[in-house]
Amino acid sequence: MSIAATFEIEYLQYLDADGKLVRSDLPEFARDAKQLVELYKTMLFVRVFDTKAVALQRTGKLGTYASCLGHEAAHVAIGSAMREDDVFAPMYREYGAQFVRGVKPREVLMYWGGDERGNDFSGPAHDFPWCVPIATQCLHAAGAALAFKIRKEPRVAVSVVGDGGSSKADFYGAINMAGAQTLPYVSVIVNNQWAISVPRTIQTGAKTLAQKGIAAGVECLQVDGNDLIAMRAAMDHAIKRARHGHGGMLIEAVTYRLSDHTTADDARRYRPDAEVKAAWEREPMKRLRTYLTAQNVWSDKHEEAWKAECEKIVDVEVNAYLETKTQPVEAIFDYVYAELPPDLTAQRAQALALEQRRG
Amino acid sequence: MAQITLIEAITQALAHEMANDASVVVLGEDVGVNGGVFRATAGLSEKFGTQRVLDTPLDETTIAGVAVGMAVQGMRPVAEAQFDGFVYPMVDHIVCHAARFRTRTRGRLSCPLVLRVPWGGGIRAPEHHSEANEAIFTNVPGLRVVMPSSPSRAYGMLLAAIRDPDPVIFFEPKRIYRQYKEEVPDDGEALPLDVCFVLRDGTDVTLVTWGAQVKETLEAADALAKEGVSAEVIDVATLKPLDFDTIHESVKKTGRCVIVHEAPRTAGFGAEVAARLAEHAMYDLVAPVERVTGYDTHIPLFRLEMKYLPSVERIVAAAKRTLAAS
Ligand SMILES: Cc1ncc(C[n+]2csc(CCOP(=O)(O)OP(=O)(O)O)c2C)c(N)n1
Ligand SMILES: [Mg+2]
Repeated sequence: MSIAATFEIEYLQYLDADGKLVRSDLPEFARDAKQLVELYKTMLFVRVFDTKAVALQRTGKLGTYASCLGHEAAHVAIGSAMREDDVFAPMYREYGAQFVRGVKPREVLMYWGGDERGNDFSGPAHDFPWCVPIATQCLHAAGAALAFKIRKEPRVAVSVVGDGGSSKADFYGAINMAGAQTLPYVSVIVNNQWAISVPRTIQTGAKTLAQKGIAAGVECLQVDGNDLIAMRAAMDHAIKRARHGHGGMLIEAVTYRLSDHTTADDARRYRPDAEVKAAWEREPMKRLRTYLTAQNVWSDKHEEAWKAECEKIVDVEVNAYLETKTQPVEAIFDYVYAELPPDLTAQRAQALALEQRRG
Repeated sequence: MAQITLIEAITQALAHEMANDASVVVLGEDVGVNGGVFRATAGLSEKFGTQRVLDTPLDETTIAGVAVGMAVQGMRPVAEAQFDGFVYPMVDHIVCHAARFRTRTRGRLSCPLVLRVPWGGGIRAPEHHSEANEAIFTNVPGLRVVMPSSPSRAYGMLLAAIRDPDPVIFFEPKRIYRQYKEEVPDDGEALPLDVCFVLRDGTDVTLVTWGAQVKETLEAADALAKEGVSAEVIDVATLKPLDFDTIHESVKKTGRCVIVHEAPRTAGFGAEVAARLAEHAMYDLVAPVERVTGYDTHIPLFRLEMKYLPSVERIVAAAKRTLAAS
């Protein structure tokens, strides 16, 4: 028998869990300590925001909330590698990527606070809103990439999906379309090891999730998703080749969900404490802080000052959210069609009359 | 005997039938160790093992498709859609296959699966977790579409659904999962899947509903009683096939009918009930049929959702309109 094809999956890491460099070929952006500090500061901001959001839910001021604890490096790398006119198709916890793209914390809170206006966010107007039906966003990103290709625009579409979501037909269809059509599409699997209570091992018999792209004919890479430098390097590479017509890429960001799935979940029911404890040793903030401190561009003093600043900014956002008045009842009707059909106009009038009678 | 909630009645029925029939297998997302995000399958994995309580990969197409395959080969799969909003990828397998194996093969093959679907709004859930989408299924020949609204009906109807030789879509009104408890003996007694239940006798107006709206409709009947109006309340329970006779008998008595449902109005299942009344009860009616429904819009996120769902106030007002008309 002869061999028809052979494949391998590379794993990329620059910073290990202790904050030590494991490679010498630092990418350009990482040689500039200032740029790294900016990214670290964004990650810290995300963590401060996330902590506050969970607290808001616990005190009844927010609905169910999906925490991004532990995903900061992956998310910030994704957002910061993209250009404004690229298109982002998130799932529901990529606040780090979205803040970089201009989404406001108050908008995240509005969304989880039961107000559609959160989806009408301040990020790029062409970005997709949060996507709860798992993995469907992957196909929408592939479709956006197809539009860019047809219109010969040098733009890239990026989607994020979870380890669980990578089992879904939509995920496979999107990456396959990218391979078949050489689309400017970057699909990132944020593998945080759990899909609610279902561990990664139950999702597939495959050794890596990155290798799912091989059958689609796209470039594949597994990355330490807790290493900001590696994540950003991988994203830069993927986006550059996509923008230059070399087609799609699949990146598996290996990380860990340090929180419950959402605030409606209790992970202690299905997840050993020891596993979570071990994961804290590998989390993304500490290693980057250690590295930056060793480079003499960050210190405990910086950390404290910036954290205090983050808390102030987040407080302003939280207050803006809490002060947002509920939409009037007409808002239920006014965005269903471009123009309200007469049939619906009548229902709208009924709802309004009922509201007025209630006073 | 212990008093149990609607969701506990579902767990009790699943456990009963799994013990009773080795071909019953539960599958879905998070149904195993976690016991389901609503706890419907709590304890089943410990009792029956991971082969019969299967955590699947996260893909609804997979869940529905393998349930079809298992059912055709003689198993009794009870598949779970985690939420109403996630059944859509399953529709292909349900509509093109589960519902028509019997017809396509002239009875050689059948597909006795159950698809459990936590259903409806009113629990302050995130987007896509609050859909009242029963009418998508009631238009499909070959399916039974059921929705219990009490612990004892949940128990008896789920047993019947699992034992039924045809595919059953089993909607669970999640808003009333834990509304109240009642005594539900674990006696293995199934309830019929082709009758409506008269929950309250009355003479002036018939209120027809199903699912979580049974709660508001009964409250509306109480409110009407205080004003001297006697309302009969019918829980349709099995939407397809519809027991129209029970509804017709009631309307013969009252001459008035208000249909209450959470789903959008246009082509909602209430339209079917109203059409049957137009066909068969025209001369029994003394007032136009009223519908109190969700609007023809998407159910809003939770800040506004209670303004979308039929309220006691809207039901009472509709009943009064039927009374004013004659
Ligand atoms: C189609 C669909 N099915 C089920 C769900 C319910 N659900 C929400 S999140 C989730 C797990 C997702 O896991 P993963 O893809 O790994 O992403 P993570 O939440 O871990 O980031 C499930 C099953 C859903 N939102 N959409
Ligand atoms: Mg996951």
